[in-house]
This record gives sequence, structure tokens and C-alpha cells, in this order.
Amino acid sequence: MIHALISRRGLLQSSAALSIAAVLPRGLAAAEAKLVNVYNFDTYIGKTTRRTFTQATGIRVKYDLYGSNQELLAKLRAGNPGYDVIFPSDFMIGTMTKLDLLSPLDHAKLPNMRHLDPMPRVSNPPSNPGLKYGLPYQWGTIGIGYRKSKVKSVPVGWQALFDNPAMSGRIALLSEPREVLGCALKYLGRSVNSTAQDEINLARDLIVRNKRTFKTFAADNGQDLLANGEVDLVMEYNGDVLSVMQENKGLGFVVPQEGTVLWTDFACIPKGAPHPDNAHAFINHLHDPKVNAEIANTIHYASTNASAKQFIRADDLQNPSIYPPADLIAKCEILQDVGDALRLYDRAWTEVQAA
Amino acid sequence: MRHDRLRSWREDGAAFWALTAPPVLWLVAFFVVPLAMVWLVSFAGRGPQGQVLPVATLENYARALEPIHLLIIAKSVAIAVAVTAICVVIGVAMALVIAFAPTRWKNPLLLLVMLPFWTNLLIRTYSWIALLRSEGLVNLGSGWLHEAADALLGLVGLDGLMPAFQPVELLYSTSAVILSLIHIHLPFVVLPAYAALERIDRDCLESSLDLGATPAQTFRLVMLPMAMPGIATGALIAFILALGSFVAADLLGGTDSIMIGNLIQRQFTASNDWQFGAALSFLLLYVTFALVWLNAARRARVPS
Repeated sequence: MIHALISRRGLLQSSAALSIAAVLPRGLAAAEAKLVNVYNFDTYIGKTTRRTFTQATGIRVKYDLYGSNQELLAKLRAGNPGYDVIFPSDFMIGTMTKLDLLSPLDHAKLPNMRHLDPMPRVSNPPSNPGLKYGLPYQWGTIGIGYRKSKVKSVPVGWQALFDNPAMSGRIALLSEPREVLGCALKYLGRSVNSTAQDEINLARDLIVRNKRTFKTFAADNGQDLLANGEVDLVMEYNGDVLSVMQENKGLGFVVPQEGTVLWTDFACIPKGAPHPDNAHAFINHLHDPKVNAEIANTIHYASTNASAKQFIRADDLQNPSIYPPADLIAKCEILQDVGDALRLYDRAWTEVQAA
Repeated sequence: MRHDRLRSWREDGAAFWALTAPPVLWLVAFFVVPLAMVWLVSFAGRGPQGQVLPVATLENYARALEPIHLLIIAKSVAIAVAVTAICVVIGVAMALVIAFAPTRWKNPLLLLVMLPFWTNLLIRTYSWIALLRSEGLVNLGSGWLHEAADALLGLVGLDGLMPAFQPVELLYSTSAVILSLIHIHLPFVVLPAYAALERIDRDCLESSLDLGATPAQTFRLVMLPMAMPGIATGALIAFILALGSFVAADLLGGTDSIMIGNLIQRQFTASNDWQFGAALSFLLLYVTFALVWLNAARRARVPS
């Protein structure tokens, strides 16, 4: 009698456990508030993206902005403060996976993945094999923005920025050590990911030697300095310059012939995201071809979505500043996590500024 | 006056702790604990991705004390000294005007001093860009004056006499950084200086004048010594805040306007080196402590 009761209770318990397990995913999904917390770079989304997502799913988007990958990392390292979707660049995915800050994606919840460009750089990038930790968002380059009326000829390579005494005081560089020293390394025929102290010091010496030609190291506003006449040559992300070019036909942008830093940003879900299902839905929405095209048409970076191309403006698709020719892309490099060598870059950059 | 309602904390422990515990807990939770964490990190090792490794090392301090970093600290001190000196000169003058203004003017004038506090620091810094850039308001204004002068000369047949207008490069320099820091920190000098000047017994000033001192002598020998504690406090606050600032140097500085605050900020972002950043922060903190201590020691020497 007792034995039977126990076994019956045991049976009851296990069936209860089973039924809970069966409803758990659905139960949790229902319990997930109709909210997704998105943390993205500034000016890096379409005008209608959030509205169409809420219309399609009923999920409200809470949208927060950061200025750089490093700011994103600093925010997440101390524990995810509640973000569901973030947009780290390729080298930052490397750092974040090593620090165990990202959740693997559930590809079954991302049907729009089928629209992704099949080229390996997008579909199976070395920084994010098999797209395990994020779907590619947009990609772009760092290049040279210039004022047509103030340059003798259209700049072709990095010399126009790094070694151009004729334009003294009319040049602005970026202010991030890896990006600036990396592009200087590229100009010197080295890798943007060099970990050799003597190579990094060569890049440092080049910048120090030409320091009086630079007006400032612009934090995140080089395109504004160019647009309002403060400088005539600027090192900037292509989409940022292309955005101000929409309003100012006197400006131009060129991807340097030596190659440059090429980056891809990924839509990822950080560990501890409170609304993972909504996060998947949001990332999936970003790759709806029409939504994706609206983003590309707004921010002028290159799309990673093959099906979206039919909706993207033709002059953008044919613009070599957005989609550089294959032989130039082959010369470009992706910034990678250099580990301890980051201290060499920090030191070199301090020396540049103290010189 | 009798103090029969005043009791010793020894006799009424409950009331004492009820009143003392909240601020003490607040200080411990939001000041002591975070500072202790930063202090611990400053002795930790760094993993390849910036991980805080639990090994005790003095490496971060050794790096912080390298000549190049000390040079940046020295430069920041120089900038902060310049900012403080100018803040004191302008601030004491403003405090004098307010202290001796008619009573009904005092509060509106104080309000004007405090008004900038209601605007975000970033906006106050950005507004200098709008003023100082080569096509900014200052250059446009002087360019317009230049043209007007040229036109006037043209009327009397002297056109072409003036050289063509060249915008002055004001932005992206250490001067622009100092200008913005003065603007931001001026109220910290004006308010304590005003409070000190306001407290001075006017009879002392009258006595001084009656006894034959000139107004300048009265100011130098009577007012300034009496107001000095307030002025010194204001100067110290302005100095410490200016020393640790980084926004102005970031937005308005040229290629060499790096301050210690920028170096620290970079360790927590681009260089992903919290350990080194923590060591630099504590180095800055020690400099600050030394100055506060010097100020206290100076006050202790002067009997008030």
C-alpha cells in the first residue's frame, strides 16, 4: 500500500515534471515581456526599423546607444545590465567570446538567415565561425573623406593623410589607437594586426613626424569637421562620410589603394539577456530584405543581405566607396584581438600624443 | 543658553546610530567599497583580453610612474594650475561685485553664476565648438567686423588697404581646453569666495578706511586675508576637478592636448586595461590627497 503510494507519487512527480518541461518553452515565451532592449552604435539603424518591428510583432523596442566597441565591452564586462541585442564588430566578437559574454544563437528562430550573402566573409567569417554568436549586420571600411575643391587631385592612398605636409593643419585622424596605428601600418606595408613592437613603433614615428599636419584626433565626429570646413581631409568610416556627402556634393570619399581596415558588425545576444526570444525576433527582422534595404539606404554602409540588394538604391550598390572592387577588398584586413600586444598600441598612442 | 535637551551619544546610542547609520552606510557602499575595488584592481595582473587576474603585482604602478606618464600628469597639473589661477582672478572679482551689490541684486546675480550648472557638461563643452571653430561665431563675427571696416575705408577711398580676412585657429588647442575648463569651474570659485566676502564684518573695512588705508590697501591687507579660506577652498575644488577632467581635452584639444583624465579613460575603453587605469587613478588620487593635506596644514598654521 505504502509502496504503491510512493510509486504513484513518484509517477505523479515525474509526469508533473514532464508536463512542466513540455510547456516550459512556451510558458517562458509567454512570460517574456513584450520588450526588447537594443544597444547599438549611434546613427546605425534605419528610420523605420524599430517601428516596423513593433508593428509586426507587438514587441516594444527600447533603444540605447554606444560610441565604440570598447564602450560596449566596458559596459558588459561588469555584467549584462539588461541588453538583449548588441552589435559588436568582428574583433570584438573575438574578445567577447573569449570572455564568455555572448550567447550562441538559435538559428531555427532566424528564418531570414536564408537571405544572407553566401560569400564566405559574410556566411562563415573567421571571427565568428558558422555564425554561432551573431548574424552579420552591415560592413564597411575606414578611408579618406576629402573636400574636392581643396585637394589638387583625388587622393588615392594613405599618403594623403599620413604624409601630406602640403595640407598641413587641414587633416584630422580618428582617435582610436588600433584604427589609426593600424591604417598607418597598412600605409607602411605591414599588417593592421601587427604585434611586433618595431613595426608598431614605425607607425608611431610616421604619425609623430607629421604631427603638425594633423589638426586633431577626432573622436566620433570627423565627418562633421569635414562638412563644416574645419578640415579638408579626414580619416573616417565610409558610411559616416557618405551620410554628410548626401547634403554636400563638394565632398568625396575614397578607399585607399593600399587596402584598409575592413569590418563587419554582428547582431549578437549577450549572456544574461532578459528577452532572448524577442532578441531573436529582432535580429530576424533586421534581415527581412525590405527592412534590411531600408537600413542600408539610410546609413550607407554595405549590406550583408543578398535578397535586400534589389531594394537598395542602385547608385549605392555601384558606389566603390560602399562596395569596393574585389581586388581592393582582397588587400583589406579585419582587425583582430591582439591580446597582450594591445599594451604596445596603447603605449605608442600615448607617445604620439605626448610628443 | 541651556542645553538640557542636548544628550551625549553615549547615553542615547539608539538615536545616535539611527541618525548616523544611513550616511555611514551610504559612504561605505558608494564610496569606500567601489574605491577599494579599484584599489585592488590596481594591483592585479592583466589577461590577454583584459581579464583581471588574481595575482598581486606592482607592475601597473611601475608603468604609471614611467617618465612619459609622469610628464602627462605634470602637463595636466600645469593646465589645472592655469585654469585655477584665472578662475581665482575672475572669480574673486565676480564675488566682490556680488558681495557689494545692492541686496535686491544679490540673488539674481548668484542665480546667473549658478545657471550654467543646469546645462549638461557635454553641451557646455560642445557650445565652445560652435563658438571657436573656423566658421564659428567668433570668427564669423570678427570677419563681419573686418568687412564692415573695409567697406568704411572704401567709402573714403582707402579700399584694398586692409589685408584679406583670415579666420583665426582657436579650436583644437590647449588654449581652447583651458578656456572651456575656466568656464566650467568658475562657479566653484565664485560661490565660496562670495560666502567668505559676505561674512566679513563691514565695520573692519570702515575702520581700515577711517584709519587712513587706501581702498587698495584695505582690499589687500584686510579683505583678502579674511576671505582667504573661502577663496582657497574654491581654488582647491576647481583645481581638483580640472586636474581630472577629460571631456574638454577630448572635444576641444589638439593633437597634444592629452590630460591624465584622457589616459585613464582610454584604459577603461580602447586599451581595455583596467589594471593600469586603476593604478593611474590612484596616482591621481594621491596627488589630490597631498594637495588637500597641504591646504589643511596651511590653515592649521594660520590661527583664525
